[in-house]
Amino acid sequence: MAGASTDTAIRTSAPVRVLIYLLLILFALFYLLPLFVMSINSVKPLGEITGGNMIALPTVWTLDPWRSAWSTAQIGVEPTGLKPYFMNSILMALPAVLLSTFFGALNGYVLTKWSFRGDKILFGLLLFSCFIPFQIVLIPMARLLGLMGLAGSTPGLVLVHFVYGIGFTTLYFRNYYAAFPTELVRAAQIDGAGFFRIFWRILLPSSGPIIAVSFIWQFTNIWNDFLFGASFADLDSMPMTVALNNLVSSSTGVKEYNVHFAGAIMAAAPTLLVYIVAGRYFVRGLMAGSVKG
Amino acid sequence: MATTHADADMRTRLQDWLPKIVLAPSVAATLIFVYGFILFTIYLSFTDSRMLPSYDWVGLKNYENLFKLSHWEIAITNLAVFAGLYIVICSVIGLTLAILLDQKIRGEGFLRPIYLYPMALSFIVTGTAWKWMLDPGIGLEHTMHAFGWESFAFDWIKNRDFAIYTVVLAAVWQSSGFTMAMFLAGLRGIDNEILKAAQMDGASNWSLYRRIILPQLRPAFLSAFVILSHLAIKSYDLVIALTGGGPGRATELPATFMYSYTFSRNQMGIGAASAVIMLMTVAAIMVPYLYAELKEKK
Amino acid sequence: MGFLDIDNVTKSYGAVEVLHRVDIDVQEGEFLVLVGPSGCGKSTLLNMIAGLEGITSGEIRIKDRVMNGVHPSKRNIAMVFQSYALYPNMTVGQNITFGLEMHGTPKDEREKAMKQVAELLQIETLLSRKPGQLSGGQRQRVAMGRALVRNPDVFLFDEPLSNLDAKLRVDMRTEIKKLHQRLGTTIVYVTHDQIEAMTLSTRIAVMYNGYVQQQGTPKEIYDTPSNLFVATFMGSPAMNVLPARVIESGGDLAAEITDSDGKPVHLRFPKSNTALKAYAGQSIVLGIRPEAITDPEGADRNAQVVESLTNLVSVTEPAGSDTFVTTMLSGKDCIARMRADASVEAGKPFTFAVNMDKAVAFDPKTEERIA
Repeated sequence: MAGASTDTAIRTSAPVRVLIYLLLILFALFYLLPLFVMSINSVKPLGEITGGNMIALPTVWTLDPWRSAWSTAQIGVEPTGLKPYFMNSILMALPAVLLSTFFGALNGYVLTKWSFRGDKILFGLLLFSCFIPFQIVLIPMARLLGLMGLAGSTPGLVLVHFVYGIGFTTLYFRNYYAAFPTELVRAAQIDGAGFFRIFWRILLPSSGPIIAVSFIWQFTNIWNDFLFGASFADLDSMPMTVALNNLVSSSTGVKEYNVHFAGAIMAAAPTLLVYIVAGRYFVRGLMAGSVKG
Repeated sequence: MATTHADADMRTRLQDWLPKIVLAPSVAATLIFVYGFILFTIYLSFTDSRMLPSYDWVGLKNYENLFKLSHWEIAITNLAVFAGLYIVICSVIGLTLAILLDQKIRGEGFLRPIYLYPMALSFIVTGTAWKWMLDPGIGLEHTMHAFGWESFAFDWIKNRDFAIYTVVLAAVWQSSGFTMAMFLAGLRGIDNEILKAAQMDGASNWSLYRRIILPQLRPAFLSAFVILSHLAIKSYDLVIALTGGGPGRATELPATFMYSYTFSRNQMGIGAASAVIMLMTVAAIMVPYLYAELKEKK
Repeated sequence: MGFLDIDNVTKSYGAVEVLHRVDIDVQEGEFLVLVGPSGCGKSTLLNMIAGLEGITSGEIRIKDRVMNGVHPSKRNIAMVFQSYALYPNMTVGQNITFGLEMHGTPKDEREKAMKQVAELLQIETLLSRKPGQLSGGQRQRVAMGRALVRNPDVFLFDEPLSNLDAKLRVDMRTEIKKLHQRLGTTIVYVTHDQIEAMTLSTRIAVMYNGYVQQQGTPKEIYDTPSNLFVATFMGSPAMNVLPARVIESGGDLAAEITDSDGKPVHLRFPKSNTALKAYAGQSIVLGIRPEAITDPEGADRNAQVVESLTNLVSVTEPAGSDTFVTTMLSGKDCIARMRADASVEAGKPFTFAVNMDKAVAFDPKTEERIA
């Protein structure tokens, strides 16, 4: 969609246009409603939630639910708040994102500029791995992590996310480099640059946009992952999504909805921030997910 | 003629091998962690593994047992209902929004990100938000009552017959903006001169869409179908956060079934068999699609 | 044995042979143009000289050193690409010196070489710009600068002018020629444009279907094409090729063709043309270039045989400097090239002068030239 023309040949009459705007705004409200409800109710005292209505602004504004969610709420057995798990997610996501992007870039470079017999098949194998239901690898992965001594650890999760992220990052870089003129690579070869030098000096400096796409997509996916976190993390390495789910679904004591909302917004904040700052690249990544670049 | 036959020098030969060496780790990782693991899981599905993998062959027994379980029957029926509604509603909303947004809308740059932001959220967050909004005791129903609409009732999430539709609702909320983006990209790719030509031929807006535009969106429909169906089959987090599979088993899906049979009920053989069925379903959709896409791109 | 030897070289992709036993020697300082339609194998051959594609059999030697299997950067060659292939992230100066840097040339020497080349090509003011900020002609100069700075044994040009607009293309053509005359470098130049081939080269190799059809000076190629393909590919408008029959009349050999009314017409060959004797009474393909068919006043005074023939004019196309006239001979549209002020009108008969000195004849079966 980036850069696409908004020009259209279709003309519509004034009453129809009013209707169109009305519908578009209604839908915007539908999409915004849950975020709005969570936000205002996360700064209300619990009593106002259970007694009042969900779209009313707070009569008493309070940041206590946020403080509680961050540092004192009961997650599992410990009253630690979400803070340590937020850190877990960062420690898990950043290395996995960097590794998978780096390897994806190299793979895309090889697959487009150094093609060899059978490379299409290899790419097909990598690509299909993006779309498998991960349930199919849960059992052996749990075994292997155990054998490697990585069970229940953040490095174990980094490995998992790295391995299952390569397919997508390779796809991104392959599509991007396919449009990169091969003559440049040939010119650099004649100039005397080797395989890695061409990559560093010629391709990588022009790869800003696709690095952003890959980075954002991987970060969003890994940050938002629940299945691998729930399957392979233990209490100390639990990522944010799993901790949030524990907080929300814990059946002990009073349900502190306002704390739940504050926690949910915290879990959503990093990816939302990335989306607001670099939404253009996020959309490009989504589109590339339908294979066509 | 001084022909010093210096065949491929060392550096050239190394350069020939480097690309393959660089690709090797990723290919090896994929072969082990994806295809090796798939084979291992398929193997387990033919064994009597329970809490731990066992290597005693039992043939198709796990599959036979699987399809006798009412729990599994509920899961696949739910998946059919969920996936069908999810794909159709997302497509309808996505297409409608895309067409509306394509009418030279002021503030498109403002509206579009609003439609799309749910896609950046974790399903756990989405589930948390909707779980509460749909909770009759505190969410929408409660609010309507507070406004004085005492007869308003909306308790689907607590109702065995309707709970699955709340999963559809939350999933549609999350993905329909993305579907919109796919259709909008397709609409923007249509040559405006064709539309102008059709208008000169006297086509109304309605026939313009029906006869000229929608047929050209076929690739976008196909992509949307493939992406949405594979998301539907993989759906796990949303159900866990929204309903936990309940009430009772009313919102179990194959993904939650697999997880609970494998890790909570210690029926690893049956869990593996259900995972294999899920993989087959995804492969049946993805393999032809990817094959066609890659072939076309040559 | 030349400076650059292409010795019996073939190229196959799997079972498909795309270049068949190519044999070309290039002398030092020569400007060889490989010309042919797309898919003829000329770019493949150039890439093989560069080392960007492998050689299936045969040898390529530069200064007697066998190049088979030698990395492109070690052949002491430089290449100018069709898209110019300027590194988008580097400035013009960095683009020019990148090759020297890769070969470990010290920085001050690089700077000196860059200054010289920039001066030669008049791009001193562009050195700190990025390729994206340059016009097509400027990019072309930078691409040549990048090749020149290496001071290579052989320059390779891959359709370097085809991305420029018509006027710029002519200007750059002249510049390349000037540069070659000034520096005396050895150049192999690939193009599909026969005018570029004619104007630039000291020698042309015409390629088609993976074969070198003919090698020679531009004049040889133009005047004595070795077969029908070369004859019709080189020259614009293309050579007129007419089915004809060789007859003997009064001790002279002549070509019998038909005019626009279908009546037979005889065009005598010069007496020096003896190779045709063997074809007396047989069919041939007669080739006459448009400039050999003129109005009587425009005919070449020094020609041995100028035949005149009156025929119906079907179309006239004034092109400013010349007027092209279409008329039907032997059932085919035939183009004649007149002076601009020749008074010729469409739909009326006109008397054409045909310079038979320039006529060539081809065997209709083998398509090889007879005379």
